[in-house]
Amino acid sequence: MRELSVFDIIGPIMIGPSSSHTAGALKIARIARKLAKSRIISVRFQLYGSFATTYKGHGTDRALVGGILGYATDDYRIRDSFDWAQKAGIDVVFEEMENEIDAHPNTVDITVTEEDGTVSSIRGASVGGGEIEITRINGCDIRYSGKNNAVIVQQYDKPGVIASIAKIFEVFNVNISNMSVFCEEKDEAAFSILEIDGDFNELGMEALCRQPNILSAMYIKVK
Amino acid sequence: MKNKSTDFTNAAELLALCERKDIPISEAMIQREVAKFDDDRATVEARMLKTLNVMRESVERSQTEKMKLLGGYIGGESKDMMNYMKKNGAMGGTISRAAAFAMGVIEWNASMGRIAAAPTAGSAGVLPGILAAMEEAYHFDDEHLVRALFNAGAIGYIIGRNATLSGAEGGCQAEVGAASAMAASMVCELFGGSPAVCLAAAGDAISNILGLICDPIGGLVESPCQKRNAMGVSNAIISAEIALATGGRTLVPFDEVVTVMYNVGRSIPYQLRETALGGLATTPSVKNLKPGCAACGACK
Repeated sequence: MRELSVFDIIGPIMIGPSSSHTAGALKIARIARKLAKSRIISVRFQLYGSFATTYKGHGTDRALVGGILGYATDDYRIRDSFDWAQKAGIDVVFEEMENEIDAHPNTVDITVTEEDGTVSSIRGASVGGGEIEITRINGCDIRYSGKNNAVIVQQYDKPGVIASIAKIFEVFNVNISNMSVFCEEKDEAAFSILEIDGDFNELGMEALCRQPNILSAMYIKVK
Repeated sequence: MKNKSTDFTNAAELLALCERKDIPISEAMIQREVAKFDDDRATVEARMLKTLNVMRESVERSQTEKMKLLGGYIGGESKDMMNYMKKNGAMGGTISRAAAFAMGVIEWNASMGRIAAAPTAGSAGVLPGILAAMEEAYHFDDEHLVRALFNAGAIGYIIGRNATLSGAEGGCQAEVGAASAMAASMVCELFGGSPAVCLAAAGDAISNILGLICDPIGGLVESPCQKRNAMGVSNAIISAEIALATGGRTLVPFDEVVTVMYNVGRSIPYQLRETALGGLATTPSVKNLKPGCAACGACK
């Protein structure tokens, strides 16, 4: 069990009204933003469960857009995030979905389109108290809490790939605190999520992408 | 265990620690934080001062700004109370003012204002309301108020660790109930109460709210949350005053009360734990209200 800090109890400092429906929603969208490598031009939010029924009253929509813009959970610009998104040239669309079986009650699918045409998507759930879980990336079911910095690698599941990934982290002297591989059974590509202690850099990411059988790598820096 | 001399996991351990070192609860919580998270004391205290200032700002702006609430089920009650008390006096003195401030913070929260969850957003009015009213009435300085928040944090930590602080899990007793317990203990320390007195006040505050359900109208953090925060304030101050007056005389110690709160919370039906499927949320009068309608009334 993670130890509670006094600031978990008296805090977080956040824009209201709800830690799960406002602050948590923003955190999911902020991770969606980090999947994009070029400028984001449009975003589609598909809302499930309680997100779908109460999103306006909780400012969930504004918080999600604020996350796409990279705001912190206590940033007053969340209030006018639709205006800021328009100024940034980002189109946003919201859809209220029928509840899907097995999805957590507060769930959102976020599909991000970049100016170079790249489309990526994540599914995230706000699981209470502002804590989140990313449960799907580009169609692959995964698990990532967004608490630690992480490198998400898409690779062909061939012998030696995992070792070559681990080698890069060793060379750059970054400790992997947790590594999980998802969607190995599929023919196309598997996803590895490597949660790390500390920070990773551009050079490391480039080295990673040059490895054989690695399709792409994304760095998600949350702290 | 390198942090053994500063760590505690329940009220009994906290009390033993405080008595052994002859320190107040706030000091024990600061020492735990510094040791546990390898922070320096100045950083930890500065961060809590920042939190205090966010609380102050949420009270202040709820009294001075025109707020546009997201749901519109509530709005303006805090200012109405302040105006009423200006004309007619406050029957409850500091309690009334603290309650009005707490209600304002919930309005501020519902209008996408910046708040400090304490321990949650839905119960975020209790601590700031009391701190603002106490500051106004008794002129406590920053140092005292920051210490008060560490004291409150210790109580919330024990509840969160050994029970729950989530309305979805434990009902409103776990949110406003916890906030009220935190505030009761905090007030005792502000007025010189010993750690034992603080813990008695915290236990009494939860005991008084045992079983309180979470039934948000429209699923939003507005009503009945706002007035329950006012109730949490009055319950906290009364519990503190009783504990200070009696030297913390109470039958059931804090740890046992926390266990009871958790068990009661688990036995509250799902419909009455933040789902808006029962309680006030499904009464005939509010069933057909749409967010926004409550305030304007045009659709009635």
